[in-house]
Amino acid sequence: MTVVTLLYALLFYAATAILTIGVVRRVVIYARSPAPLRIVTMPAPLTYTGVVLRMVREVVFFESLFKSTKWTWLFGWLFHMCLALVLMRHIRYFQEPVWLGVQIIQPLGKYAAFGMIAGLLALAVRRVCVERVRYITAPSDRAMLLLLLAIAISGASMTFLMHTDIVAVKSFFLGLMYFEWRPLPADPLLLLHLTLVATLMIIFPLSKLLHVPGVFFSPTRNQVDDAREKRHVAAWARDPA
Amino acid sequence: MADFDVPVLGDYPICPVPAIKPDAMKGLKPFAVNNPAHNTALGFPGALVDNWEEVAVAKMRELLGKYRSLQVFLDSCVKCGSCTDKCHYFIGTGDPRNMPVARQDLMRQIYRRYFTAAGKYLPKLVDAKDFTREVLDDWYSYYHQCSQCRRCSVYCPFGIDTAEISMAAREIMDAIGLGQKYTNEILGKNIKIGNNLGLPPPAIRNTLDGIEEDVEDDTGVVVRFPLDVKGADVLLVTPSADFFAEPHIDGLIGYGKVFHQAGISWTLSSYASEGANFAMFIGSYSNMKRAAMRIRDAARELGVKRIVVGECGHAWRVAYSFWNTIIGPFDFLDPKYPVPQHICEFTNDLIRRGALNLDKSANDHRVVTFHDSCNVARASRMGQVPGGQYTIPRDIIKASCNRFVDMASGTIHDQTFCCGGGGGLLTDDLMPLRVKGAYPRMQALRQVQEEHGVNYLAAICAICKSQFSKVLPYYKFDRDMIGGVHQLVSTAIQLGTKE
Repeated sequence: MTVVTLLYALLFYAATAILTIGVVRRVVIYARSPAPLRIVTMPAPLTYTGVVLRMVREVVFFESLFKSTKWTWLFGWLFHMCLALVLMRHIRYFQEPVWLGVQIIQPLGKYAAFGMIAGLLALAVRRVCVERVRYITAPSDRAMLLLLLAIAISGASMTFLMHTDIVAVKSFFLGLMYFEWRPLPADPLLLLHLTLVATLMIIFPLSKLLHVPGVFFSPTRNQVDDAREKRHVAAWARDPA
Repeated sequence: MADFDVPVLGDYPICPVPAIKPDAMKGLKPFAVNNPAHNTALGFPGALVDNWEEVAVAKMRELLGKYRSLQVFLDSCVKCGSCTDKCHYFIGTGDPRNMPVARQDLMRQIYRRYFTAAGKYLPKLVDAKDFTREVLDDWYSYYHQCSQCRRCSVYCPFGIDTAEISMAAREIMDAIGLGQKYTNEILGKNIKIGNNLGLPPPAIRNTLDGIEEDVEDDTGVVVRFPLDVKGADVLLVTPSADFFAEPHIDGLIGYGKVFHQAGISWTLSSYASEGANFAMFIGSYSNMKRAAMRIRDAARELGVKRIVVGECGHAWRVAYSFWNTIIGPFDFLDPKYPVPQHICEFTNDLIRRGALNLDKSANDHRVVTFHDSCNVARASRMGQVPGGQYTIPRDIIKASCNRFVDMASGTIHDQTFCCGGGGGLLTDDLMPLRVKGAYPRMQALRQVQEEHGVNYLAAICAICKSQFSKVLPYYKFDRDMIGGVHQLVSTAIQLGTKE
């Protein structure tokens, strides 16, 4: 086993553990913290089914952002949808045989990388050129965009420009899943891509990427408009018996 | 007339987005509590405590554990910029700290520094800051430049509501003894005496006697304005401004005429003579409950069957969205009616049943538009279907006058602009902010004035009414343009024909 294989095996075990534990911990905090008052943004659904539909529109179509600003919506939605396709395509590196669905989206997933890059570039330009957005931008916001861009460009380069030994890469990751060390090709572009991805996984639970679980717990979006019909007394707000 | 710049209205319904002017409003702060009793009455330290940083961080920890909204909202912002051009105070002042995300970031900086790994070890990278006196001063300025209108929350892809953040910030500032004079003093009166003005029962009775005389002089019909009548069907809870302020009082007269013609017995309560509940503005659950509990107690004591709430925006938010939770259950009231009921729901039901005789032509001298008050539009509902809070007041207006026109889309319904005076900011020490914050609403109003000759701005909120009667002249409108929906009903209703 090479040093590279060992290092990346450990890196991905660590990154996976940090990502999983970090996000689960956050989700538990969100789920456990009380929502002592109905604060849903109106007009709002009167039923639970209605809330599910509202959340689907919000998460899949970015309904509120669409209402707000069409350009940001366009670039943001493009990036996220392409990212989703790219991620789905990557499922193939973690299974044998590959699911039919993953096989079907393979061509779409390959070219989605360009949509991702285009969306990210447009968002980056906006972050630099729109005065208001520049004002609210912290160094970490710029770093996040650069990280995602670097991941997308390094990944797309391996698909379209300089192929790596993808069969070996897949064997490495399948091996990780069964705790069998199999060699990882020491291809610089591949190692760069993997390092950046592991970095993203590690900072996920420490950063604004928490918007991913956060949106599902947002009380202004996930509450039913039923305050006159139902009481919602939090444990801390109960009168001492 | 003003010693500050008043925004200039143009030929468009929606204001342009201003260029940013950093620190333009940094110096503007409302008066802080200087009489310690105004804080201690609410359970807060009388003045700024010595170890305020420590106490503030501990309070923030407590609130993060009590409110999912605060925890999720502080974590989830991605700085997409969607909200940056949505706040009326930003549009009116250009101060970038009045962009909702930047206002939230004043708290997020502290949250990151004290509660997240990134902020503890890499503060510069994630814009985390120590809670210094300078930061606290910015909190005091800018968390009192938010009217908690929730317009930003409509456009946020994660539903982040700056109102929740500014309520938490004020709660933290109250916890260290840095209270805002206007809100805390008024809230103290409400909790102690039963209304924001500190009116004792004889003063209220006296005012109602005066109103009864005026109505009789005007119409020749005796309309009663009952106070503390046991066994009445309806307890009416209305903002105390309705008892004395113009144009609010004309709305109260309208409610009285509606009850009179419908033949439904009703009463006001001197013990619970306030619909407003300023505790919401400072995020104080316990004080909100104390103030609201007077209403529950009065309803029990008087033995009424239902509670109806008068024209008041945040009162309706507290009543509709919070009452059942904080002072319910209302199992002692008649289950046939929703608890509480808005006066507009009440009147609209009567109109639909044909119980009121309204002569629209009595309002022919008026061309009416409707200002959706933020707390009604975005934080509560009327009627049985989502959006009833938009249609019901308009249906009442259309039943009371012949000429109604809406302002531009994007400035009404859930996208309505705040009047500029809500959320505890209706105080003279914030006048420049109030005038500048009214700019987007004034712009939309100017358009319908020029195109349709609108001369009556109807609202269902005591704060909107007070705020507009003050700021309309700055934009060269007649201050008498503003009035209630029930003022229109009052003009149209034909007393002596139905009852």
